[in-house]
Amino acid sequence: MIRIANGQGFWGDSLEAPLEQIRRGPIDYLTLDYLAEITMSILQKQRSRDPRTGYARDFVDMVGRGAVDIVKRGVKVVANAGGVNPEACRDAVSKALNHPGTKIGVVAGDDIMGRLDDLIAHGVELKNMETGESLATIRPRVQSANVYFGAAAIADALAKGAQIVITGRTTDTGLVLGPMMHEFQWARDDWDKLAAGTIAGHTVECGAQCTGGNCQVDWQSIPNFADIGYPVIEAEPGGTFAITKHAGTGGRVTVASVKEQLLYEMGDPHEYITPDCVADFTSIQLKQDGPDRVRFSGIRGKPATTMYKVSISYSAGFKAVGTLMYSWPDAYAKAKAADQILRQRLDRLGLRFDAVRSEFPGANACHGSLAGDPAPDIAEVILRIGVRGQDKAAVERFTKEIAPLALNGPPTVTGLGSGRPKVEEIVAYWPALIPKSEVSPQISIQET
Amino acid sequence: MARVKLVRIAHARSGDKGDTANVGLSALRPEYYPILAAEVTAERVKKHFAEICQGKVERFELPNLGALNFLLHEALDGGGTLSLKADAQGKTYSAALLRMEIDVPDELLPKDPV
Repeated sequence: MIRIANGQGFWGDSLEAPLEQIRRGPIDYLTLDYLAEITMSILQKQRSRDPRTGYARDFVDMVGRGAVDIVKRGVKVVANAGGVNPEACRDAVSKALNHPGTKIGVVAGDDIMGRLDDLIAHGVELKNMETGESLATIRPRVQSANVYFGAAAIADALAKGAQIVITGRTTDTGLVLGPMMHEFQWARDDWDKLAAGTIAGHTVECGAQCTGGNCQVDWQSIPNFADIGYPVIEAEPGGTFAITKHAGTGGRVTVASVKEQLLYEMGDPHEYITPDCVADFTSIQLKQDGPDRVRFSGIRGKPATTMYKVSISYSAGFKAVGTLMYSWPDAYAKAKAADQILRQRLDRLGLRFDAVRSEFPGANACHGSLAGDPAPDIAEVILRIGVRGQDKAAVERFTKEIAPLALNGPPTVTGLGSGRPKVEEIVAYWPALIPKSEVSPQISIQET
Repeated sequence: MARVKLVRIAHARSGDKGDTANVGLSALRPEYYPILAAEVTAERVKKHFAEICQGKVERFELPNLGALNFLLHEALDGGGTLSLKADAQGKTYSAALLRMEIDVPDELLPKDPV
């Protein structure tokens, strides 16, 4: 049996969780997920300004703070912290670890930004998976393009002796399946086992979201959120496993908390497609196996497809969102009036947008009319209004029309403390597929 | 028969993939799953989310987990970074679904409101 812990559900998650995972109980592997779809384009921009950057800096800090324990306990660390510059990440990690003789593996080769025109020229269309549109429609606006590699390259890096594996764009589930494939020597066509490892990875990929975080069942009785334990997988060679957390930590691991996470961001549960296999979520059997422990069994999988998924980001215009807060009396009526006044002013200025959207937090921003009418004496309501368009100047002009309403519109308004809203460049996401024969992961090992 | 909100017999979590939101709906007890399967159809969910979901609603069954998964297409104002919604990832759609009212036989009705 091996223990695989997750210490990071996204870039921006708890800085303490990975260290707690190493220190508060036995683990063999620590996995960390840093890359959301949008992250790659941010990192791409950073690297274009400074070639030594372009990776998740938080990971380097974590290794620095945890170095003594990582070395002493021999914990293996697998993270997709490399972003668009995994080699630079390795160099920084090597320095932060400050321990000679440690092997660090890098999985690269996922960045196909420089090959896009070649690929298109020889017939790899990279059509949008959702809309079917050709990449040519947005080609000049592309900011990053990365293939999602799976677990196999991670398993290979571990087989070459790496204690730390840093990858570029890898699936979240691969971070967990890779160690299992390596430790248990699973065949690369043992679909049921690969599916089990994939489902284990899916369960923990959002960190504490399977250990009581965001859990709707009896949430007020979930103990000690302040010290919530992140998930630990106890994996067995046969493809069964348990999800648990370190003793003494807060949170709760139950069939209900795990089930909520299993269905999170789920498409067709019969066909959960990864580079490694196709997992069938309708085969999962769950059982509460003691306090804070859920056992998984019965998992079935199917052969992997011949394609990798590609994550492409492109510039798609500009947006800005502003807010104004109105108090009782007539809070909702005031916020709605302000919305109308603002829209009239935008019209009079001749500003055109692709979208203008108004919402009323406090009244119904989350659920719309399903929330029913707000109480007539509601204490306060926020007007949240946003615009989106291709013309940056128009979006900029919009941001200057919010504040005047503090003096020249409906009464008892506040909430302008942070000044004019910021104009944001929209970097949108273009999912595509590429034949596996077109790309392969590049694995390198270096000793510190 | 009693007319109750889904929140009495089910729990849920929601998330996003592009402009599609998913809502995973799980029975609080195994005996509630057949009620969910019979009552919470794709058509009813589409009608419930009429204002929010501009596209179609797909439903998938996971009897092994006592759960249903719904895909709400065109429900996030373009999704991801394009969306101007406060809830651009549909994180609160889980609770929005739990507002739906369904018929539950009296003998199966939970005694205490959840």
